[in-house]
Amino acid sequence: MADKITIHLNGEDRTVHAGSLSELVVELGLEKRMIAIECNLEVVPKSEYDATLLKEGDRIELVHMIGGG
Amino acid sequence: MSEDIFKVGSFEFKSRLIVGSGKYKDFQTTKEATEASEAEMITVAVRRVNITDPGKENLLDYIDPKKYTILPNTAGCFNAEDAVRTLRLAREAGGWNLVKLEVLGDTQTLYPNVVETIKAAETLVAENFEVMVYTNDDPIVATRLEEIGCVAVMPLGNPIGSGRGLANPFNIRVIKERANVPIVVDAGIGTASDAAKAMELGADAALINTAIAEAKDECLMARAMRDAVRAGRMAYLAGRMPKRAFASASSPTEGYIWD
Repeated sequence: MADKITIHLNGEDRTVHAGSLSELVVELGLEKRMIAIECNLEVVPKSEYDATLLKEGDRIELVHMIGGG
Repeated sequence: MSEDIFKVGSFEFKSRLIVGSGKYKDFQTTKEATEASEAEMITVAVRRVNITDPGKENLLDYIDPKKYTILPNTAGCFNAEDAVRTLRLAREAGGWNLVKLEVLGDTQTLYPNVVETIKAAETLVAENFEVMVYTNDDPIVATRLEEIGCVAVMPLGNPIGSGRGLANPFNIRVIKERANVPIVVDAGIGTASDAAKAMELGADAALINTAIAEAKDECLMARAMRDAVRAGRMAYLAGRMPKRAFASASSPTEGYIWD
């Protein structure tokens, strides 16, 4: 785990230990299945979660599917 | 009758009823009503994961993406940029290429913002999405969206969630007669007769959410919609009788026993 950094996650500032998107998913207790992540307005493919390193101030959107019409 | 297949983009369906998954009291009811509807395609919304409570149940634990074609939507988007971002995320989440584009103009009427819808459609088509597009019941706009390359045009029957039926049946008919892509009536259907009417007008399918989710008995209404869509479709294919100004006897008018 890397040093703590603060990222902007789903509209809120959040301090995390995760160094990569893969580690962020684990730290938040999420499954990779059926979620998607946008990092600084770019969608990140699941295959690149390991290689995508988090930096201070990154803007992350983490979404899933809910009921809707 | 030979099998009547609903083709949209690269997809084929037996059912012409598309259902939504919003507004249900719980996921179990969503599942049961969806099964009762016999729909094969179900729309879902894309939202931020609740990061403070990530262990919550997920809709897709109840609606199996292997069994249903999942149609991610852009509900709640008010500009092209947000709609495109939303669908890029949806495609990454589940690999879904067939999408429902919906860009709204204001929170009171929830009417489509056609200008932003067209912008978003152009971007999405260029990115190889198969776009089913929600829009006004405007034949000119419907043609434009088809020209852009949308795989289905989905005119509203009436405002979203209003259950008021078809405001402009004539427009739906005109849109259908000019279209070379499937026309899906989306929004406004309140009960079974509205769905049947939409299909009788020639709509290729109907997308229904609130009318089922807000029924007292959701599963019974889901079956009513299933049957109404089928009945309306059959009546359309059968070709209705002409309307006449005066009576026309159904029984022969000769051979009476008193002649």
